Amino acid sequence: MSIDYNEKIPNNVDIAGDRKLRRALENWQPAYLKWWENLGPVESANYDVYLRTAISVDEGGWAHYGLLKMPEYRWGIFLAPPEPDRKIGFGIHKGEPVWTDLPGEYRAELRRLIVTQGDTEPASVEQQRRLGKICPSLYDLRNLYQVNVEEGRHLWAMVYLLHAYFGRDGREEADEMLLRHAGDPDKPRILQAFNEKTDDWLSFFMFTYFQDRDGKYQLAALAESGFDPLARSCRFMLTEEAHHMFVGETGIARIVQRTCEVMKEHDTDAVRPFGVIDLPTIQRFINFHYSICLDLFGQEKSTNAANYYSMGLKGRYQESKIDDDHVLSDSVYLVPEIQGDRVVGTEISALTAINERLRHDYAKDSDRGIQRFNKIIREHGVDFEFKLPNFAFNRGVGTFLGVEATPEGKLIGAEEWDRRRDEWLPPKADFDFVASLMQPVTEPGKMAGWIAPPKRGIHGQPLDFEYVRFH
Amino acid sequence: MIDFRTHPGKYKHWRLGIDGRVATLTMDVQEDGGIDPGYELKLNSYDLGVDIELYDAVQRLRLEHPEVGAVILTSAKDRVFCAGANIRMLGLSSHGAKVNFCKFTNETRNGIEDATEHSDQKYICVINGTAAGGGYELALAADYIMLVDDGSSSVSLPELPLLAVLPGTGGLTRVVDKRLVRRDRADFFCTLVEGIKGKRAVDWNLVDEVVPRSSLEKVARERASEFAAQSKRPTGVKGIELTPLRRDIGEDGITYDNVTASLDRTMRAATITVNAPKEAPPGDPGAIHAQGAAFWPLAVARELDDLILHLRFNEPDLGTWILSTSGAPDMVAAADESLLANQDDWLVREITLYLKRTFKRIDVSSRSLVALIQPGSCFTGTLLELALAADRSYMLDGTFEGGNLPPAVVRPTGMNFGPLPMCNGLTRLHSRFLADPSHVETVKAESGNDLDAKAADALGLVTFTPDDIDWEDEVRIVIEERASFSPDALTGMEASLRFAGPETLETKIFGRLTAWQNWIFQRPNATGEEGALKLYGTGNQAKFDTKRV
Repeated sequence: MSIDYNEKIPNNVDIAGDRKLRRALENWQPAYLKWWENLGPVESANYDVYLRTAISVDEGGWAHYGLLKMPEYRWGIFLAPPEPDRKIGFGIHKGEPVWTDLPGEYRAELRRLIVTQGDTEPASVEQQRRLGKICPSLYDLRNLYQVNVEEGRHLWAMVYLLHAYFGRDGREEADEMLLRHAGDPDKPRILQAFNEKTDDWLSFFMFTYFQDRDGKYQLAALAESGFDPLARSCRFMLTEEAHHMFVGETGIARIVQRTCEVMKEHDTDAVRPFGVIDLPTIQRFINFHYSICLDLFGQEKSTNAANYYSMGLKGRYQESKIDDDHVLSDSVYLVPEIQGDRVVGTEISALTAINERLRHDYAKDSDRGIQRFNKIIREHGVDFEFKLPNFAFNRGVGTFLGVEATPEGKLIGAEEWDRRRDEWLPPKADFDFVASLMQPVTEPGKMAGWIAPPKRGIHGQPLDFEYVRFH
Repeated sequence: MIDFRTHPGKYKHWRLGIDGRVATLTMDVQEDGGIDPGYELKLNSYDLGVDIELYDAVQRLRLEHPEVGAVILTSAKDRVFCAGANIRMLGLSSHGAKVNFCKFTNETRNGIEDATEHSDQKYICVINGTAAGGGYELALAADYIMLVDDGSSSVSLPELPLLAVLPGTGGLTRVVDKRLVRRDRADFFCTLVEGIKGKRAVDWNLVDEVVPRSSLEKVARERASEFAAQSKRPTGVKGIELTPLRRDIGEDGITYDNVTASLDRTMRAATITVNAPKEAPPGDPGAIHAQGAAFWPLAVARELDDLILHLRFNEPDLGTWILSTSGAPDMVAAADESLLANQDDWLVREITLYLKRTFKRIDVSSRSLVALIQPGSCFTGTLLELALAADRSYMLDGTFEGGNLPPAVVRPTGMNFGPLPMCNGLTRLHSRFLADPSHVETVKAESGNDLDAKAADALGLVTFTPDDIDWEDEVRIVIEERASFSPDALTGMEASLRFAGPETLETKIFGRLTAWQNWIFQRPNATGEEGALKLYGTGNQAKFDTKRV
């Protein structure tokens, strides 16, 4: 059988010359396409979509634009170019050359890291598969599909690592990635935030703002890895992740913009009758998505995270820019602890607090966009401010599991929580209202009434460009 | 002080539910409910406190719930079955505490298998999430293992690769000797941190069945009902209540209704005395049931059981247990007769099995066991097992000067010839006379006869028979001498000599626990400053001495 692998699967890892990889991918690719057909964006196979495809890692190659059908998207495998003489930057192997092959003693840990990361990628495609039917504009629909195909490519990136370095186990894990499904009661995705519903576009923008930002921080930490193929994979994935967060942040900003316009126009806070989403509802969605994303960083005190760090497998965010010894055997870090009805800080070994530190980095970054939304509100002269809830609010993992707290972080009893939950988290009525706004808008250049148009089109195209052609 | 007495109303970590013929034991470990400070019992990991409750529940299921034919063992935690013994707890524990803990947890798991094999109470383990290390070992004790097929839940024995120790509750032995997993596959499995899931777990016989998450509960109930329907345990009868044990602990002694212990801290010895019943125990099942927990054989089993555990855990310095009895041999013989005549009664059978397990607990205790057979004692039948369990026995030939009691006798009964086997599967008498097993028949011919020191000696039932002139010195010297030896060497020697004869799953588990696991627990590669067990959880990596020993 003669197939031009470099044409079919753009790559810079020499698939054509690697018998083992070819065998693995020959089996996996049809399963992947089948999965895309069954669980990817609904009824989209025939659409021509204005997509960006990465065909190489150099300057001109990673963003190649054109109209194409998604099943024909060239899901490529790219690793950022190797840094010559790269050394492991942290942990007990600090200063040793990076591993270009799988270190046998860390096989299990690396496999787990890659599988956990990889599992999130197809999960989000599954969670978002029905959104295309209710898009607010062709521009947004195209962005959704762009995000979807890139999540698909990120799955490819992780599957490549499993196939290339983990033998039979790796192939089995790669198969399992396509067998677990978001929200499937029998085979759910590994992390809970990736089993939640994303059935409306407010949720989608929240998802790309919060969940994909978690992705950014996880990928950034893995990009520091001493296992060079993983580090290089993740570095390249980060360039695409930035676009997903752009979709989320501008999406929320445009909703806020539209809401504020209507508030001013009608001089009222009660904007629902005018078909836009009121700011308190947006705040409740923020509360929900942010709190479940905080869970994604894991326990405050984590042996696994400490091991990953010491072993040189997963670093901190921008490890090389941190001014310390990068071994952390003697440093401490503050984590929350519940004492009676109060939350106090307690010092633990910085090694075991790696998760908490990454959560803090994530929180700071999440707040930056929130402040930009607040700027939009202020510019409209509206008296309202979004706030990220406290770490203690609505948590399902770690210290705050099993306690209830207000968004400000005050610990409260179950009775008060039950009574006030709907002030803080979207009740069914919020979802119903948001769902009622989700009427598809597919005329080029037109926007749904609840969202402002973007500032500009994609890749220099005008806003009324036909970004998706349905036939 | 560690107290082994508990009841379902006091459980912190387990829920025991009964629905007709099926019981469900649900593990829901309270994170901050550790028996000692300094660790959190995350992910359904367990410590001694968790296992004490499990033991209590297993016992009650047998004696209080005759109707229960199948027990579902599962977890209340989402996607977690059980993470095994808590590692931080092990890291903080002394060597002795670890060894004692492992021995007790092993006894409980053997007890689960005993329920399946002898009481027709089958255990079905429903693994609804990750089962790692001791979590999978708990499952291995069950008769039937179901694993959720969710693409991520696995069974594993990660002790070696993760902690540089071995699974401490029989995992290695049960994988190859009970589940009959091929040795090369077992080798792979036991070095695999992430374990094995799904179809391969079934193909390799690590579990019996994989079931989708959504139907797990339903299928588990179906299996349990099938097993329960096949069980010969009676329906429509009531169990007895295991009422709280009465126990007084003083500085120098412990008193139960039928058992006492006096503690000699200078000689580092505890004298355990079992008293015969004052009146003959009832002979018909109705009256036995009516007596319930007060029925002498059951009361003795419970009290001895509690005392052994108490001494093991709370009195580690008392290295010698002196075994003695007191009371009328006829009363003990009557109790034995009551047990032997009613073996088709479920309760009597359960009590006999409980006695069996209690004597086994004595056998595997790391204490020197010396039986003293004196006038006024009643080493008859069941209680003769104490003398046969001892490393040595001394029987006074004749009477003490000035004493008004008749000379001591021993009396075999039917209880010595089958109902109370050791963990090697043989009776203590059979194990004693391996050189000439037919000699057991000779002893059997003396069933019901009182044998004085000369006769007992001639039959090989006792070690030495000093007269009253020599008695005091002989006894004093053996106890003093015992106290002077290395406790470690004694433990090893005694364990090596006690279990002659064939190997069984149980002897292998205890033998390997004492030999391999306890050795590895002591080695720097595990518990040295840079050992894997020591450093687990800190994020620092172990450094191994790479020389093979």
